[in-house]
Amino acid sequence: MAFNRREFVKAASGAIVLASAPFVLKRAGIAAEEPIRIGNILDKSGGLNIYSLKQMQALAMTVEEINKAGGLIGRPIELLFYDSQSDNQFNSKYATDAMVKDKVKVIHGGITSSSREVMRPIVDKFKGLLFYNSLYEGGVCDRRHVSTGMVPAQQLAPLIEYMVKEKGGKKGYILAADYNYGHITSKWMQKFIRDHGGEDLAVEFFPLDVTNFAPAISRIQAAKPDVVWSALVGGAHIAFYRQFEATIGKKNMMLASSTYGVGLEQLQLSPEEGDGIVVATSFIDSLPTAKDFIAKFKAFSGDQSYVGEYGEYGARGLLIWAEAVRQANSAEPDAVIEALAKGGVKVNGAGGLYSVDGQTNHTTMDIHLVVGNKSQSFDLIRSFEQRPPSDTQMVCDLNKNPNDAQQYEIKL
Amino acid sequence: MDDVAIYAYQIGLSFAIFILISLGLAVIFGMMRVINLAQGEFLMLGAYFCTLITKAGVDLWISFFLAALAVGVFGMIVERVMIRYLYGRILDTLLATWGLSLFLVGGVTTIFGPQSESVAATLGQVTVGAFGISLYNLVVIAFALALLLGTYALWRYTRFGLVVRGTMQNPAMAAALGVNTGLVYTLTFGFGSAITGLAGAVLAPIVGAAPPMGVFFIGKAFITVISAGHLPLLGTISASGLYGVIDGVVAYISSSVIGEMTVLFVAIILLRLLPLGITGRMRRGI
Amino acid sequence: MALRIVGLSPPSQPPRAWWWGFAALFAAFLLTMPIYFDIAVLFSVTNYLVLALLALSMSFLWGYGGMLSFGQTAFFGLGGYTYAVMALNLHETTGAMIVAIVLPMLFAAVLGYFMIYGRISDIYFSVITLVVTLILEKGIRATSGDQYVVGSVRLNGQNGIPTTPALQVPWNPKVQLEIDDVFYLAAILLVLTYVGLRLLLITRFGRILVSIRDNERRSALLGYDTRRYKLLAFVIAAGVAGLGGAMWGVWGNFVGPNMFNLGQAAQVVIWVIVGGKSTLIGPIGGTIAVQYLTDWLGTQGVGQVSLVLGIVLMVMVMLFQQGLLPSVGLIAAMARDALSGARRHRAPP
Repeated sequence: MAFNRREFVKAASGAIVLASAPFVLKRAGIAAEEPIRIGNILDKSGGLNIYSLKQMQALAMTVEEINKAGGLIGRPIELLFYDSQSDNQFNSKYATDAMVKDKVKVIHGGITSSSREVMRPIVDKFKGLLFYNSLYEGGVCDRRHVSTGMVPAQQLAPLIEYMVKEKGGKKGYILAADYNYGHITSKWMQKFIRDHGGEDLAVEFFPLDVTNFAPAISRIQAAKPDVVWSALVGGAHIAFYRQFEATIGKKNMMLASSTYGVGLEQLQLSPEEGDGIVVATSFIDSLPTAKDFIAKFKAFSGDQSYVGEYGEYGARGLLIWAEAVRQANSAEPDAVIEALAKGGVKVNGAGGLYSVDGQTNHTTMDIHLVVGNKSQSFDLIRSFEQRPPSDTQMVCDLNKNPNDAQQYEIKL
Repeated sequence: MDDVAIYAYQIGLSFAIFILISLGLAVIFGMMRVINLAQGEFLMLGAYFCTLITKAGVDLWISFFLAALAVGVFGMIVERVMIRYLYGRILDTLLATWGLSLFLVGGVTTIFGPQSESVAATLGQVTVGAFGISLYNLVVIAFALALLLGTYALWRYTRFGLVVRGTMQNPAMAAALGVNTGLVYTLTFGFGSAITGLAGAVLAPIVGAAPPMGVFFIGKAFITVISAGHLPLLGTISASGLYGVIDGVVAYISSSVIGEMTVLFVAIILLRLLPLGITGRMRRGI
Repeated sequence: MALRIVGLSPPSQPPRAWWWGFAALFAAFLLTMPIYFDIAVLFSVTNYLVLALLALSMSFLWGYGGMLSFGQTAFFGLGGYTYAVMALNLHETTGAMIVAIVLPMLFAAVLGYFMIYGRISDIYFSVITLVVTLILEKGIRATSGDQYVVGSVRLNGQNGIPTTPALQVPWNPKVQLEIDDVFYLAAILLVLTYVGLRLLLITRFGRILVSIRDNERRSALLGYDTRRYKLLAFVIAAGVAGLGGAMWGVWGNFVGPNMFNLGQAAQVVIWVIVGGKSTLIGPIGGTIAVQYLTDWLGTQGVGQVSLVLGIVLMVMVMLFQQGLLPSVGLIAAMARDALSGARRHRAPP
């Protein structure tokens, strides 16, 4: 009975496809003038929107720029936005809508790893393409997924070498957000600290809603490290930086982070509280390469505040995708994937040169070592050019296994 | 010696936070029997008012009281417009205040944006052996105690307190004696809101102000007040004391999640053993 | 009272013929949907149907058992996680689905024993169920480390389990259900659960349950052990919520800690309130309406969905206490009374 029904459904859907074939052909015929549809799924509302709001705008701005300059491969880009409301069930729903109903050529979006992991199987199933513009814990190996953000090895190696070797921060105490990103990042921190002859005294994890860090600070004081390493995430954890300054103080103990500034934390803290925190990032507003982008973004959004890395990710992701489309001379996902696999997709962006690594679909980029200053912004210490996503490269080779579609956890 | 001081400090701070987040609810739920699920958002409003007023250039200590006043007035408006029509319908109150809570979270996000705002209270620190303790955290403990004593004195020794207690116990009798019970309800609700707002303001320099912050506190506040039983003040003190010790000690020796989960477990066991709360068997008191 | 106004038969009487017609029509409408709509619509509607199971669980317990449990999301999440963990471990989904229904029921039996046999009052019951779902959420969020493994499956904390497997056809595990198949399954399960719960209410158990809701003390004085019936209702509702959770995992190939959270718990209450808790069909309509509104707001860029939902909830509680559907029914009934009032009086009392 059920088999009959399945067959009936198949036959029925086959009939629908046949019936709509002339329509599809007709659409193909006028494709030259037709816009390229792309989807952007980010959290405009809900608790995660601190990461999304500027990214949405930067992406929209970049689309507008490309359209004003005559479009992409002769076609305008049509941008559809979906608000995933900081809730993964909407990532699931809108990814399906975007693929099936709106038939977009690429989805840009996802902030958290979990939202990406919800959308990735959907994009795989409908043979689309997903650009994930966010820093994350690394390890995703899937040709339909492109990561344009930093991964731990890329970001942490220069940061930790600097702190341990040059600043003498041998003994480290690691605080991390209690989810995959924090757990994996803290392991990389431990590895790099030990590699450089340092010592990791302890690792502590905090749920995203913890605001009272007094017990942790007492434990830190008992352990007496040289550096406190933070991979804390989100609005609630900003309280740590404030409580740290009120009890221990950066004049007595160094503070370095992989995430500070990502959620524009420095704007919420007082100048003294943010001053002196050392961070590795792929973008800050004061980079010499960023002037043009920052000026355009401020004019476009009418918002004069600090833009930051997550804003720039929006422009970066779209520019990289557009370059791949130009090289493929087609916006069809499979053609774009072919172009990316060749490894020649390079874009000179606001944070330096971005080049997609064909082996992993991750991005090689410049990493900038920066330090928080008294004007709620960052000063550049030095830049490390063209750091490859070496952790993901350890486990992922899409040239060899083009059908791989999973996230590896790198064993350390 | 250091250890003793640090434990005392952790327990004191946990106790103070429990008192701050639940004292307003002890008045609103414990005395008035109004289940106010928007209580966490009242706290959030207090924190927001405090940061905004401070940013406008007002002294931090004065902004605490302005924040309390603002949330108190807001509470009175809520009582007049909404709660008033729901007395005696306990579930409807719960649902309507839940709606209010969602509305406030959405409203504050729309107006001030999703990012957390903050205000710095740089008082410096005191050193106990190897440990630096934020002086402000000690101020928070002092504030919690002062608030507790102040509320007790107000209920126990003033005529207003007497009238409020009488009205809550038997509104018909109070009305017959010439008390304007409607006004008493509004004022009591406003008072409960004001001390919640004050708590939010006092906590703001530690935890900041962000739209979803209410949710972090509401669960703890309710279990404290429910464990308290029918004597709101005495019960809240004992429940805060119990949970403060558990949370302070467990969070220090393991982690804050384990601390919070232990508190919630103890609360469920406690309610099974004492369904009427800690003060369930006591006859007299506040 | 409300039931009579709407014109439905009271729950303790067998449904009338037209009700069967209505249920059949409802089923027929659902099952023919794939003919008119594309896959994306079916995918959204499947979500509504699955969430409607959760609403049914809540409205059965609250509307007919008089117990407002905020913890239905606890059973929903537990069902989802159980399904994901079992299916990934066993590589077999039929058994996983069954365990995903049974485990929440067992949990409900233990928890319900504590609360119902502890004779805690109604309002404490609501608050404790809320606290339980908060504990589960906190607990599950704290399982990001690689030491938290059930069998071979990482619980993954905050990130949830994004590899939740698709359902297999029970007698042929090689065939996996596609989006349209899951839609059919969800529709069938919803209709069966709805009809099943409705018929349960005309059994002896159902009648006693309603009498307990109306007056627990009187029922106890008549010699019924009210605690037993309440516990049973709690357990049944947990099973329905668990089924909903497992189906939600199947729908989105994902389970996560958000299934337990306060926002989700609030939504369930809103669905039931909007639909009206005095019927079982109302909350299904409420779920679809509110979820559609949330989806729609998400593509309209309104920004703050919680602002709108908050207003909806306040307005519903303050102005339309019986829920929208019964309120519409009330107006319809008043109009009908005005037209043919006389006939109504001739009906036997």
